[in-house]
Amino acid sequence: MSSIITRVKQKQIAQLIAKGKRLDDRELTDYREIKLEQGIIERAEGSARVLLGKTEVMVGTKIETGEPFPDTPNEGVLTVNAELVPLASSTFEPGPPDENSIELARIVDRGIRESKAIDTEKLCIELGKKVFVVFVDVYVLNHDGNLIDASALAAIAALLNTKMPNYEVEEGEVKLKSGYTPLPMKKCPITVTFAKINDKLIIDPCLEEEQVMDARISIAIDDDGNICAIQKGGSGYFTQEQVLEAAEIAKEKAEEMRKKLNW
Amino acid sequence: MSQKTEKLIDKKGLRLDGRKPDELRPIKIEVGVLSNADGSAYIEQGKNKILAAVFGPKELHPKHLALQDRMVLRCRYHMAPFSVQERKSPAPSRREIELSKVIRESLEPAIFLEYYPRTGIDIFLEVLQADGGTRCASITAASLALADAGIPMRDLVAACAAGKADDTIVLDLMDTEDKIGTADVPVALMPNLNAITLLQMDGILTLEEFKKAVNMAIEGCKKIYALQKEALKLKYVSVKEEAEE
Repeated sequence: MSSIITRVKQKQIAQLIAKGKRLDDRELTDYREIKLEQGIIERAEGSARVLLGKTEVMVGTKIETGEPFPDTPNEGVLTVNAELVPLASSTFEPGPPDENSIELARIVDRGIRESKAIDTEKLCIELGKKVFVVFVDVYVLNHDGNLIDASALAAIAALLNTKMPNYEVEEGEVKLKSGYTPLPMKKCPITVTFAKINDKLIIDPCLEEEQVMDARISIAIDDDGNICAIQKGGSGYFTQEQVLEAAEIAKEKAEEMRKKLNW
Repeated sequence: MSQKTEKLIDKKGLRLDGRKPDELRPIKIEVGVLSNADGSAYIEQGKNKILAAVFGPKELHPKHLALQDRMVLRCRYHMAPFSVQERKSPAPSRREIELSKVIRESLEPAIFLEYYPRTGIDIFLEVLQADGGTRCASITAASLALADAGIPMRDLVAACAAGKADDTIVLDLMDTEDKIGTADVPVALMPNLNAITLLQMDGILTLEEFKKAVNMAIEGCKKIYALQKEALKLKYVSVKEEAEE
């Protein structure tokens, strides 16, 4: 925020937005071009790559067996992790996950978990003892803003592409059989992120817009148009009217985005 | 969710602890409770017991974190190992790291950070006992601790959650409602500016239910705001009495 270049940019971006325009000629509620590929990593049980303008995120899923949580003995386990890989931006450093990557992973996690996207009861192998664990690993490969929407979209695309190993239980031992079945999915949540710049809401901020924004809000919407997760971020604020406006726009946008997934 | 059979709202429309849907839990707030901190506050909200302490503005360590045009706010939300049913490891969990970030971002808009360039403030939040809604109670206490430390602020930040238990939108969820209810919407507000500084949600709500929940949470924040101001004034009554003795 404090660099002179971003301050000059801030003025320019704010002036454009006041006229309903943006740096890259988008409308305030337009996404950048979205490219989506599924099944790109053969070794992973499921995978997807999303290009959101120049932002690039890859997600791979792996499935292992493990123990269920004691409070949900009949359900499989979902684990989401996000890596801000150093090659994606000069601001990403190697090392244990920082608060930004933890927040990103938890926003993606919440969208999938709260919408009940995965039919976790079908991932139970032996009640209270053995279940399938679905690992969703978000890999940010190029950072040009709005990592949240790109990651959430790539994660759900990878899950829709995930194959579960066939198995049979013999005397308490899980034996894998040949062949795969698709991961049981019930819902397809979509996350839509807004940035607030100069008291105006814009969708899908690019990096330059993120650097000058006051605050952001991400809203996950399920297939029925219900809200299933929200996260406000950044050191600014929203008014109640802005929050409700964002929720309504998110509902429309999510429906458009969902069509890209052939769900 | 194995405990789906348990009812959160009885036939009379009352909740497990006898509250009406839009009723807050009993709240006790005290300001200036720690002598070593520059500002501090203690809050009890239901069974939640939380201490907040503020140190600063002071020189930042390590120094390279300092910013030339404003103060740096750092925040650590932490739960004591004995604060929950099963012992929580004292190492910071991913949840605590995320909450530290969103709590910091809920307080930043309230502070005139540009008044103290090249300095930093540390806010420490210790949850001694947790009963649902700890992030909101932490924000309520932290903003009082900041005020107690004499940090210039645009407004106090009051926070409160609303959510959905059974089919009813309810205010200020306690632990059980939080765990088996169907949605949770924590909100932090600067009441005088109508500015929402924290907003999260998990669960499932229709747009209409969400509007209702946000409205209810905001009304809850306003009630807590009144209690905050009362607690802040109370501290200076005792200071005045001491001075007169």
